[in-house]
Amino acid sequence: MVKSINELESLRSQIQSERDSNRPRITVCGGTGCHASGCTEVASTFEENLDSGGLANKIDLVVTGCHGFCERGPIVIIFPQGVFYQKVTPEDVGEIIDTTVENGGIVERLQYKDPVTNEIKVKEEDIPFYQKQKRLVMGNNTSIDPTNVNDYLAVDGYSALAKALGSTPETVIDEVKRSGLRGRGGGGFPTGRKWESTRNAPGDIKYVICNADEGDPGAYMDRSILEGNPHSVLEGMIIGAYATGANEGYIYVRNEYPLAVANITTAIRVAREMGLLGDNIMGSGFDFDVKVNRGGGAFVCGESTALMASLEGKPGEPRAKYVHTSDKGLWDRPSNLNNVETWANVPLIINKGADWYAGIGTDSSKGTKVFSLVGKINNTGLVEVPMGMTLREIIFDIGGGIPDGKAFKAVQTGGPSGGCIPESMIDLAVDYEQLAEAGSMMGSGGMIVMDEDTCMVDVARYFISFLIEESCGKCVPCREGLLRMGEILTDITEGRGKMEDLDLIRDLSEVLKDASLCGLGQTAPNPVLSTLKYFEDEYVAHIKDHRCPAGVCTELITYSIDAGNCTGCGLCLKKCPSEAIMGDKKQPHVLDVEKCIKCGICYDVCRFDAVSKE
Amino acid sequence: MSQNSQTPRGEMVTFMLNGAEVQADPNWNLLEAIQFYGIDIPTLCYDEGLTPYGVCRLCVVEIGSGDRTKLVTSCMHPVREGLEVRTHSNRVIKTRKMIMELLIARCPSSKKLQDMAALLELKEVRFKPLNDDCILCGLCVRMCEEQMVAKAIGFAGRGTDRYITTPFDMTSEECRRCGACMYICPACELRCQGPQAETVLCSGCINTEPVCASEYGDAMCFMVPCLSCVKGPEDVK
Amino acid sequence: MTVDESRLDSIIDEYNAEPGSLISILQDIQAEYNYLPAESLEYVASRLNIPRVQVFGVATFFKAFSLKPKGKQQIHVCMGTACHVRGSKRVLEELERKLEIKAGDTTENGEYTLETVNCVGACALGPVVVENEEYHGQMTPIKVENLLNGK
Ligand SMILES: Cc1cc2nc3c(=O)[nH]c(=O)nc-3n(C[C@H](O)[C@H](O)[C@H](O)COP(=O)(O)O)c2cc1C
Ligand code: SF4
Ligand code: SF4
Ligand code: SF4
Ligand code: FES
Ligand code: FES
Repeated sequence: MVKSINELESLRSQIQSERDSNRPRITVCGGTGCHASGCTEVASTFEENLDSGGLANKIDLVVTGCHGFCERGPIVIIFPQGVFYQKVTPEDVGEIIDTTVENGGIVERLQYKDPVTNEIKVKEEDIPFYQKQKRLVMGNNTSIDPTNVNDYLAVDGYSALAKALGSTPETVIDEVKRSGLRGRGGGGFPTGRKWESTRNAPGDIKYVICNADEGDPGAYMDRSILEGNPHSVLEGMIIGAYATGANEGYIYVRNEYPLAVANITTAIRVAREMGLLGDNIMGSGFDFDVKVNRGGGAFVCGESTALMASLEGKPGEPRAKYVHTSDKGLWDRPSNLNNVETWANVPLIINKGADWYAGIGTDSSKGTKVFSLVGKINNTGLVEVPMGMTLREIIFDIGGGIPDGKAFKAVQTGGPSGGCIPESMIDLAVDYEQLAEAGSMMGSGGMIVMDEDTCMVDVARYFISFLIEESCGKCVPCREGLLRMGEILTDITEGRGKMEDLDLIRDLSEVLKDASLCGLGQTAPNPVLSTLKYFEDEYVAHIKDHRCPAGVCTELITYSIDAGNCTGCGLCLKKCPSEAIMGDKKQPHVLDVEKCIKCGICYDVCRFDAVSKE
Repeated sequence: MSQNSQTPRGEMVTFMLNGAEVQADPNWNLLEAIQFYGIDIPTLCYDEGLTPYGVCRLCVVEIGSGDRTKLVTSCMHPVREGLEVRTHSNRVIKTRKMIMELLIARCPSSKKLQDMAALLELKEVRFKPLNDDCILCGLCVRMCEEQMVAKAIGFAGRGTDRYITTPFDMTSEECRRCGACMYICPACELRCQGPQAETVLCSGCINTEPVCASEYGDAMCFMVPCLSCVKGPEDVK
Repeated sequence: MTVDESRLDSIIDEYNAEPGSLISILQDIQAEYNYLPAESLEYVASRLNIPRVQVFGVATFFKAFSLKPKGKQQIHVCMGTACHVRGSKRVLEELERKLEIKAGDTTENGEYTLETVNCVGACALGPVVVENEEYHGQMTPIKVENLLNGK
């Protein structure tokens, strides 16, 4: 038990003095991306090899949170040198231990090669993907074992809490206000002001809540933070609770994120055992505890009032917010809700000061933002950059551009509530205002890159069908309006569209924006309006010419085999699920359009470019 | 919630309603104040005796001034000092009409909806009719819970699959068979039967421009195409 | 199906029978039985002292809950944006063809349940298919066959 701030500091000094930065250490990324590419076997092979080699007590093995470069997983870094290995398999483990850990050499074939210069990059910080990033929130993910609180304490964990408890709640709020921190979960509301409203709201019982519902399909930074550095979120929440006068907290996390649930639950238990949660935290007289609630899979539950309804054990239906949740939230009591990333920023601000934080970013948007850079892009993964970086820098310098030499077409930001930003606006500096002006929004930080093969009408229809599925169905404009919008867009993608439909879509959008009950319906038209604004010609091509320029909308495309290129290898014939391809061996094959179900498998398997779609 | 005539004037709030300065009890919602001053606006999910739910969105009004205005549902929004409220601005009317168009496409044969659509001068429905019989206003659920204290029915499902039902879709032990839910339902009272036989046309609508009258003698339906007469999209010409 | 009340009690007691924990309790029951048996919902309503219709409303609102038994193998195809732009729809269609069921259904022999999910947080590897707990990244229609053959 840590009974005072002094005790915390002496515990920290003890941990730090026991750590030897020259001691060999192997870190294996255990984030979800690397998990999917098999890091668990890599880690266990390391463990076995270290054990059998009698090295286990000389070399540390740490499974860390997500490093961000998920595309290249499993990622292994060897300290003290900091040698970065990518796409490591269990078979590589022996060689890495022999060459690098024991003899300080390098296994070149596992290193990152610059695709342009072919130059080998030894360390993480040499790789262009990381060079332009500013990893404040995600930074510690690479060095700490999320289940070991000592790792967090060693990197100054909980020192911000100690500092906050040593000053008044008003000072803490003032610091957060001056830092310019804005909510990372959606709207970008100033965090300090939100805290202040909750603090000033009448009532003895107040709550702080962490929104880890992460509903944006295509964003996963909250997951990675919660999995990789759960104590930073917890520390932020304790500070926020102290500032707002709350004694109870909730973390609402998606059930689809089992590792995040496990790691935050462990962190809470450990913090409680250490006296960092519970009654009289570090002798300050301040009491606070946190519960974890798991969501049931509903995008709308990310909305503040729906989330609170769901915490009360009710269906996740939003309610009107004419009285703010800072006055009447969970169980009608003052409640302060913030996003995972917002909470994780708080300890940084308290530790390093509002002025330092306000020095990063643009006039209106301070600090860094984590984006999930995914879709048609070379370096997919999580990137953390200072606010105000241009899309071009993010997509081309960090993301390494578009694969297969295709042309960049648009980037979708802000998830289902956001919009598509076209190539012509690639030099836009990313902050809350600029994105909004372009008809999109920051949202939670999803950044889905689209190339020439992406159909923008299909993208709009995709988001609307997502929202139809996810609308709670409570209010008429959203429930009925989205359904109709979906019908119209489906008609267009299937060649039954009419030019008048475009006006009807615009009218419907207006009403959804104006009259929907919650943010879901109010922002739902964004993906449609932004694609209609920047890519109207694609809509027109679908409607007037019954043609999908990107070759995506199945009803509007046909596959055929070019006899000139076809070698008669028979691969497509074998793979076609509906027996639509005929032909003798070594003779050009023929595709029967009547039987073709447009699955596109022939197009994928043909090695001779003989299958075409148009 | 009703106005207390003894309320000292000092405790009233003052705000602008369609350009006129008015006063109201601070415990009222905007709709109560609007109705008190005799202005008629459409509502479908509101009932004096029940907690407002704010889902039909027909009662929207525009508040604010200059270019900082927005629509709010008057049944949910409290009256506040200094508000500027417009109950029939262009934006409001346009919104109500579209909402009505969406609702009537869902339940084309509800007489109450048809009447309301006529009042809003809705002339055309651009969506395929669905011939449903519930607009999910939740009046029945609140009636059952708040007035009958039975909690026998509720919402199930989500989004377009949302529906009103009893627990586990089975005959409910909690139900008292009082019929209050049916009494209050705006969608299932007085259903227009459509022209299967000319004689069953109700002729009860308040429409002034019966467009199908030429075809069906004394029909009083106004829609183009007349949606109460059709059973599926294939019938719409 | 008969439910074991003592097992339900231990789940419910873990949350002190708090109505606010309804969703977590249902999650745990679902994890135990693979679905939510109607009897268990009745039992939860009476233990938490909340209207039955509220429990039913919650159980049908959230996508994670199923009132019907699910297959032994559960296949979730990610339809999140990142996976969508990389062609997850074609992967889903191929699975539907191979398993001869539609998304949301269970094969007749009770072996497979095919479902869609919106983002499993592995977007960098899209299209992603999760088979039971196992993630398969960079899926294509062609790889579907191997997936089903357990390769
Ligand atoms: C439909 C909808 C979904 C949302 N989903 C999320 C989410 O998954 N995570 C999140 O942090 N915020 C989400 N938000 C935003 C929250 O309502 C809320 O603004 C945010 O959590 C507040 O925290 P912040 O100020 O730290 O951003 C969503 C909002 C809407 C309208
Ligand atoms: S806008 Fe959509 S999600 Fe929000 S309350 Fe209305 S129906 Fe529900
Ligand atoms: S009839 Fe039954 S369901 Fe309807 S209000 Fe009465 S008790 Fe409720
Ligand atoms: S049944 Fe009637 S009262 Fe109940 S929700 Fe539907 S329309 Fe409203
Ligand atoms: S009467 Fe106000 S929203 Fe229905
Ligand atoms: S979009 Fe499929 S994993 Fe995120």
